[in-house]
Amino acid sequence: MPDSATMLTNAPPLARFVLRADAETTIKAGAVYGLDLPLTINQGASKGERGKPGARVALKLGPDEFWLIVPEAEGAGVRALLDTALAGCVCALVDVSHRQVGFVLSGPDAATLLSSGCPLDFDLRAFPLGMATRSVFDKIEFMVWRMAQDVFRIEVARSFGPYFEAMIAEARHDLV
Amino acid sequence: MLLILCPYCQSRRAELEFRNVGAAHISRPSDPQTTTDAQWGEFLYQRDNPKGRIAERWLHIHGCGRYFNAIRDTISDVFVTTYKSGEPPPAMPSEAKP
Amino acid sequence: MSRFRTGAGGRIDRARGINFTFDGRLYTGLQGDTLASALLANGVHLVGRSFKYHRPRGILASGAEEPNALVTVMRDAGRTTPNLRATQVEIYEGLAAKSQNRWPSLEFDLGAVNALASPLLASGFYYKTFMGPRFLGSNKAWAKLYEPLIRRAAGLGRAPEAPDPDRYARRYAHCEVLVVGAGEAGLRAALDASADPHCRVILCDEQAEMGGWQLNAGSDDLVEMLETLGARPNVRLLARTQAFGVYAQGAVALAQRLTDHLAAPSPETPRERLWQVRAGEIVLATGAIERPLVFPGNDRPGVMLAGAVETFANRYGIRPGERAVVATTCNSAYGAAFALKQAGVDLAAIIDLRDKPDPALAANALKAGIPVHTASVIVGTEGHKRVRSVRLGKVEPCGIVKSTDSIACDLVAMSGGWVPSVHLFSQSRGKLAWNGETGVYSPGKDAPGQKTRSVGLCSGEFPADMRGFHNGALPTPDEKGAAKAFVDFQNDVTARDIRLAAREGFHSVEHVKRYTTTGMATDQGKTSNMNALGILSGALEKPVPDIGLTTFRQPYTPVTFGIFAGANRAGLFDPVRKTPAHAGADALGGVFEDVGLWKRAHHFPRKGETMHAAVNRECRAVREAVGLFDASTLGKIELVGPDAAEFLDRVYVNSFAKLGIGRCRYAVLTNEAGYVIDDGVVARLAQDRFHITTTTGGAGRVFAMFEDYLQAEWPELRAWQTSITEQFATFAIQGPKAREVLAPLVEGIAMENEAFPHMAMREGRVAGIPARVFRMSFTGEAGYEVNVPAGEGARLWPVLLDAVDKAGGAVYGTEAMHVLRAEKGYIIVGQETDGTMTPDDVGLGWAIGKGKRDFVGKRGMMRTDLIAPGRKQLVGLETLDDKTVLEEGAQITDTPTPAPGSAALGHVTSSYWSEALHRPIALAVVAGGRGRMGETLHVPMPGGAIPVRVVSPVFHDPEGARLHA
Repeated sequence: MPDSATMLTNAPPLARFVLRADAETTIKAGAVYGLDLPLTINQGASKGERGKPGARVALKLGPDEFWLIVPEAEGAGVRALLDTALAGCVCALVDVSHRQVGFVLSGPDAATLLSSGCPLDFDLRAFPLGMATRSVFDKIEFMVWRMAQDVFRIEVARSFGPYFEAMIAEARHDLV
Repeated sequence: MLLILCPYCQSRRAELEFRNVGAAHISRPSDPQTTTDAQWGEFLYQRDNPKGRIAERWLHIHGCGRYFNAIRDTISDVFVTTYKSGEPPPAMPSEAKP
Repeated sequence: MSRFRTGAGGRIDRARGINFTFDGRLYTGLQGDTLASALLANGVHLVGRSFKYHRPRGILASGAEEPNALVTVMRDAGRTTPNLRATQVEIYEGLAAKSQNRWPSLEFDLGAVNALASPLLASGFYYKTFMGPRFLGSNKAWAKLYEPLIRRAAGLGRAPEAPDPDRYARRYAHCEVLVVGAGEAGLRAALDASADPHCRVILCDEQAEMGGWQLNAGSDDLVEMLETLGARPNVRLLARTQAFGVYAQGAVALAQRLTDHLAAPSPETPRERLWQVRAGEIVLATGAIERPLVFPGNDRPGVMLAGAVETFANRYGIRPGERAVVATTCNSAYGAAFALKQAGVDLAAIIDLRDKPDPALAANALKAGIPVHTASVIVGTEGHKRVRSVRLGKVEPCGIVKSTDSIACDLVAMSGGWVPSVHLFSQSRGKLAWNGETGVYSPGKDAPGQKTRSVGLCSGEFPADMRGFHNGALPTPDEKGAAKAFVDFQNDVTARDIRLAAREGFHSVEHVKRYTTTGMATDQGKTSNMNALGILSGALEKPVPDIGLTTFRQPYTPVTFGIFAGANRAGLFDPVRKTPAHAGADALGGVFEDVGLWKRAHHFPRKGETMHAAVNRECRAVREAVGLFDASTLGKIELVGPDAAEFLDRVYVNSFAKLGIGRCRYAVLTNEAGYVIDDGVVARLAQDRFHITTTTGGAGRVFAMFEDYLQAEWPELRAWQTSITEQFATFAIQGPKAREVLAPLVEGIAMENEAFPHMAMREGRVAGIPARVFRMSFTGEAGYEVNVPAGEGARLWPVLLDAVDKAGGAVYGTEAMHVLRAEKGYIIVGQETDGTMTPDDVGLGWAIGKGKRDFVGKRGMMRTDLIAPGRKQLVGLETLDDKTVLEEGAQITDTPTPAPGSAALGHVTSSYWSEALHRPIALAVVAGGRGRMGETLHVPMPGGAIPVRVVSPVFHDPEGARLHA
């Protein structure tokens, strides 16, 4: 297999929540979450260093759908804060921490490897920094978020994790 | 593979992310119990299959998750336009002959 | 150096000899040769046998349009590729190729007797000949007798029988401009487009080297253009890459050959790569294909296209013969004549159909000592495995052809003019326009949604030297003669076949194509299309554009199956979804079945146990002690919002408004037609929060349906659903000892029967893990379903297993689960239902909320025919002999010997040996079934009808006392 500096690594254990909320509630949620939730669809925002205490991720993947991702240890605290702040608001907050598994794909061939299964255009003009979206990778659905030019954060449903890893490993053979 | 502009995420995506869910603007009777068998049968099963422009529904199932409407030309497969659920079909300039 | 090579020039490396075999014989070619050029360099012209008549065939062309020289290249049993065009195969050290469609050998082919039977093999011979004998029935005769014989006799290469061990890669790519074809026009288009650094350009060409016709000249321009393109970061150059299909909205599929040219490719490297390109603009620079002249005997080895001869001479340094005749209707073939002369080949004659060929060219020819015969044609050829001579015919002004001299030659270079290669434009659904001046179809208006631009020869704009043409067969003195003038070399279609089809009433070009097979198969009419149209036009006395044109289909040339499969084979064919407890179940010896993409444990055989013994033991464990079951694959949805209960009331047949917090309800889902499509359990976690389960297979469908109603039908409802299928691992603990097993592991939940009754739901901890615990049962025994975060599932499983073991219980699989639920008459959606059963039909009428004004399916199930008497209803069946287990799907009748054609009363939906009842049981749907209790019906089987008694579908514990224990 060709050598490549591009690495696929597993994300550390994380707490994940799906928030469904209107614009007003979104602002309230952002205030207690410690990170303003993105206003535009298919946009990601983050604060702090990945996996470290205080790290916050917010991805807007649908017109009223947000994914909030924090280090596993902070999940219960974040949940309690949001529950309190959003009490009385018309919204939905659901714990999906274990529903998905996360990966980081980083390195010069990251976009090429993604293009082995995903029909999106990963050119920076078409898929700029900060863009996050669901799409398809080969035969599965995935979420891909561009954190840097060569760094992509990926989430797939838990049972699809091994398939995603195997397909990326297979695609590495094509880095010729 | 077609490219479809999702009116919610305003992004042109590959057909793989979508699912076709049949004809658009078929509204569920507000009080189904008052319909006759014939009317209900019409609602359930009768659909147009035009040669040319058709209004249909699509689901951005592997994207933003929204159902939306589209006008598609069944001859050329071209999407003339897409618009959000609940919106009326936009007025179209008369069809250019292919 | 071989006498078939020129002294110098060309793009072959004369210092690097390459050894290869063809039909087992060793030859030497040069680096840069194709198999075709290397064979010609060894004086080999006979390379194949024709499809129907097994006529000896040689190399006609020099590129993708080659119809004759189809070969099989073998690396090993799995790496064997049939039907490759020798003109496209690059040779490498040790290449082994063989010819096709011959037996026992190419030189001596028994199938050539077909040529004697050729009157039988004319147009439509399949349809006319192979209709009987009647006693077998005509279809049987075809399938058993004729098809296998014909397939063997008239076939191409054989598919390899061993699995293909190679890798195939796949990539999506996006560009502003895709240029197909790297000849001069394509290179210039790529240079122009890529001058803008923001414009991403992909340039592909199916040959090993870019340059197209320029490779014949070896110009410095070419080197410079390729260097410039190569230096631009916005340009991707793809050689050995065929654009084989153009699809909607600028989608183009490219097949790139990565290792086929290598002597020892690494097994790690993909053999081919599929590019799925999305291009803003498609620039087609695919050039033109020369049309053969249609004259009797035009298929003898040694008869070649003039442009191909020129290419072989100039690019590959080949002397394809000793003494050549050039036959043409077009100036360009004079170039071939001069190239041959230059290569040291004797030129016996130029035979030009035109009265007045270009005077300058004719003068040059004469100056070079080449006799030019004007208004002349070839009217026949001699020779068997190689052309030996041609007969010259003079076309009189009145049109009559008079046969004159015979000219000895071993090479005929022919040109009937040029045809733009419009295959890809046609695939893009663009309209082709007829150009009477050049006698070709050329690209017209783009199809809607496509942006293409044809540049160079494929646009139909020909330089003057390429303009002469002749559509159809050449005039001949012998219109009715037996000699064959071939139109479609690959499919063995002659001019006569097309005229015959027209005479027999096939006037549509689409019908003629299918009747004669011209333009079909892998060739797609590359060299035959225009001649076939010309002949048809003459036969029907209609101008060519009035006849119409058949569609050019993808792929342009054949593509491997491997490239479409990509990585999706063996273990990666589909995703394999495994539950969190999968490894644990596997360690116990679980036998798994596929349920959708999921692996579910079907049963857990112990040493020496048959499947039935294991299932029976697992059933006993649940009925007598306790069983543990992995239910994690069930679909799960969390529904939240102030209107969540209202939404559930509207979608399910049941009522939920009054469901208490901490309570569960079995829920039935129908579609608007009133038919059962899913079922599950709905639990209320809070006033505005519900945990819903769906069937394993229905999870995605139900989620999409709920979303549809939430978004589009009732957008005013404030409720949101989230899929939590994979958030939880779900374990069922079922049986009289279920509480005894679970209670010691539970914290924070009062487990007493009164405190935690049947159909209640509690949150607490199990083995220290936060859990949602449901008291529910799909077995008929008291039981629980424990939901823990999926990541904790693998940790909880052994704890539960250990507790169950200690209580004398066992783990059970899906088969035991099916038996246990059938004993209770619980339906499985998709087994007892088939999309036409209402809740009442399957005995679930009780679940329907009576006071609800409306819900999905309510109106549907009120339809006249859905409430009419005599509908099929769920019942139980017992075989009267108490031992026969019925076949699922077997029909049920009221008589043991139903008259042929009479309708069945219903069918068996589930059938098992019941360990609890020590007898076979079955569920069935039977017309008016609930009114037939106690009746004897019959299940007709090949071995005789089996009498059955209609009984209640609830076989075990009909009062349900055990559920509440």
